[in-house]
Amino acid sequence: MGWQGWVVSTVSFMLSYGTPLLLATLGEIYAERSGVLNLGIEGMMIMGAYAGFVTAYLTKSPWAGLAVAAGVGCGFSLIHAFASITLRANQVVSGLALTLLGLGLSGVLGRTWGGKPLPNSLPQITVPVLADIPILGPMLFEGHVAIEYVAILLVPIMWFILFKTRIGISIRSVGEDPATADSLGVNVKKVRYLCVAVGGLLAGSAGGYLSVAYRPAWTEGMTGGMGWIVIALTIFAFWNPVMGMLGAYLFAALYHLSFRLQPWVSPEILQALPYVFAILVLVFISRGSLRRRMGSPAALTIPYTRGEE
Amino acid sequence: MNTPSWIRIERRPSLSAWTVFAISLAAIAAALIAASVFFKAYGVSPLRAYYLIVTGALGSAVGLAETVRRTIPLLLIGVGLTVAFRALFWNIGAEGQLLVGAIAATGVALFVPMPEILRLPAMFVAGFAGGAAWALIPALLKARLGINDVISTLMLNYVAAFCVQWLILGPWKGPTARGFAYTDKFPPSAMIPRITGTTIHWPTLILGVVAAVIVYVWVGRTRQGFEIRVVGESPSAARYAGISQGKVIIMVMLVSGGLAGLAGVGEVAGVQRMLLDPAKLSLGYGYTAIIVAWLARRNPLAVLVTSFLFGAIMAGGDVIKVSLGLPFQLVNVFNGLILFFLIGSEIFMKYKVSFAWRKH
Repeated sequence: MGWQGWVVSTVSFMLSYGTPLLLATLGEIYAERSGVLNLGIEGMMIMGAYAGFVTAYLTKSPWAGLAVAAGVGCGFSLIHAFASITLRANQVVSGLALTLLGLGLSGVLGRTWGGKPLPNSLPQITVPVLADIPILGPMLFEGHVAIEYVAILLVPIMWFILFKTRIGISIRSVGEDPATADSLGVNVKKVRYLCVAVGGLLAGSAGGYLSVAYRPAWTEGMTGGMGWIVIALTIFAFWNPVMGMLGAYLFAALYHLSFRLQPWVSPEILQALPYVFAILVLVFISRGSLRRRMGSPAALTIPYTRGEE
Repeated sequence: MNTPSWIRIERRPSLSAWTVFAISLAAIAAALIAASVFFKAYGVSPLRAYYLIVTGALGSAVGLAETVRRTIPLLLIGVGLTVAFRALFWNIGAEGQLLVGAIAATGVALFVPMPEILRLPAMFVAGFAGGAAWALIPALLKARLGINDVISTLMLNYVAAFCVQWLILGPWKGPTARGFAYTDKFPPSAMIPRITGTTIHWPTLILGVVAAVIVYVWVGRTRQGFEIRVVGESPSAARYAGISQGKVIIMVMLVSGGLAGLAGVGEVAGVQRMLLDPAKLSLGYGYTAIIVAWLARRNPLAVLVTSFLFGAIMAGGDVIKVSLGLPFQLVNVFNGLILFFLIGSEIFMKYKVSFAWRKH
């Protein structure tokens, strides 16, 4: 394999492995922008993966699987929304509980589903004309799944909504200064519920993508900590969808390149690398001039009640 | 409209320990009722299931021993977590700190020549140091660079687990293990004594109880403990008072990680007596201990009770599997539900909630 083959396989892998990371990161960006930290990504993803696989298996339609995955992720996120927004519970603990519940529940329900092959997974498509472009064609337009492009399309859309529309202003104001937003007539709780639900929807689809497209099968704990990497990516992205895309693909590329070290480094060490990367990435952005821009939404993790504080 | 008009929420001025206890108990009961749905779904009567779990985990000498065995690591880790949580440092990395403690103890047990009488004490020291060193990484990252503690502690769990795997498959793979992935069995001088016929390694249990008392006094009665509480309750007040937040973070994590490391020594030298697969070594103690510490309302003495409760739940998981033929994973569902009901119930502690059925 020459250098071209190298580049093609790396970029191709970036697209496919980066997609679930990107989807879930976009969702978490919205939730956190509205002031709700949701550490339950891993739990929502694994529930999405489980529900998506079972639906796709029973209906023989991977698209139905994906839709159900999104719905289940969304429904699951509402538990966290209820606990942290309505009951004003500690968001860190509530998110951890959601992850625990998701891993447990999917393990219980999915016990008999392991090792079954999926009759049909999401089709890999070849984009006509574009696929014929040398290098770029096989890299970006051959053998990918439609949802990978949808994820990319979501980036400008979600960026536009967040930064250029009234809805976006509401979301950001609720996350920065809920009391002022409230006095201006924004329904703080409603906005937060909605953003958490969007986060759940996208985390669920990310899980569904894993089990009906990326690795069309169900394995217990198949998300393998991806949900936590999403939390790190959200910080890395400065809560900006465009940076989120950059982060997700960069991370996927690093992950892929680490496997090129296989002849020299033992596989256990290589498997540990993504988690080391996640920390290194945060170290990197915490340094120097970038640090000024860091700063999370001011009201992140703080529940809001009218007339208090 | 902020809350539905039929719910009325007012701040509670203060509340007695009994109220806290009663509310916590009610939360656990509610979680168990919610979890009974799963037993029903599997065609098992929930009452019979809970009866079997309680008698299985507590009703016989064997069951009780299994419960206590699981209580030991939960106690040590839980006590440490109360300290970290007091300073509002989210140490989700006890699992990794336990594993590194186990690695350090294994290193001393198998590879360091020394007088045999000193070997066990040296293993405990090494385990504490290993866990503390692993916890120092996220503490420094937070204190110096402001890096999110949840992420860094969690990521290091995975790294520690892969390190164990690398060691048992590679450099430390035992020559007598015949292709299996674990180290050699520890020499007798490196085994923590047990109560005969059980896997209760009592010296570690005593260590846990002593740790609970010492930490209780340390956090509640000393100047350092006062600083920890101030940093946790009001970082701005801490700044005015000239308390270094970084110093407090490092201090609490050295203790929290060290105690998790001791739990690792107990598992590797008291239960398994060799270093093996991380999933078999720990059973998720580091995560369950988060619930243990939270249920104890961050009071180290209360951890003595809550760790035993969750030791029983974990032992009950075996009963679920063996007697009822249901998946062990149900324990995680239990734990998740209990945690939810617990934090959900906290609103009843901070606020007085009343229901008014007529609109006002």
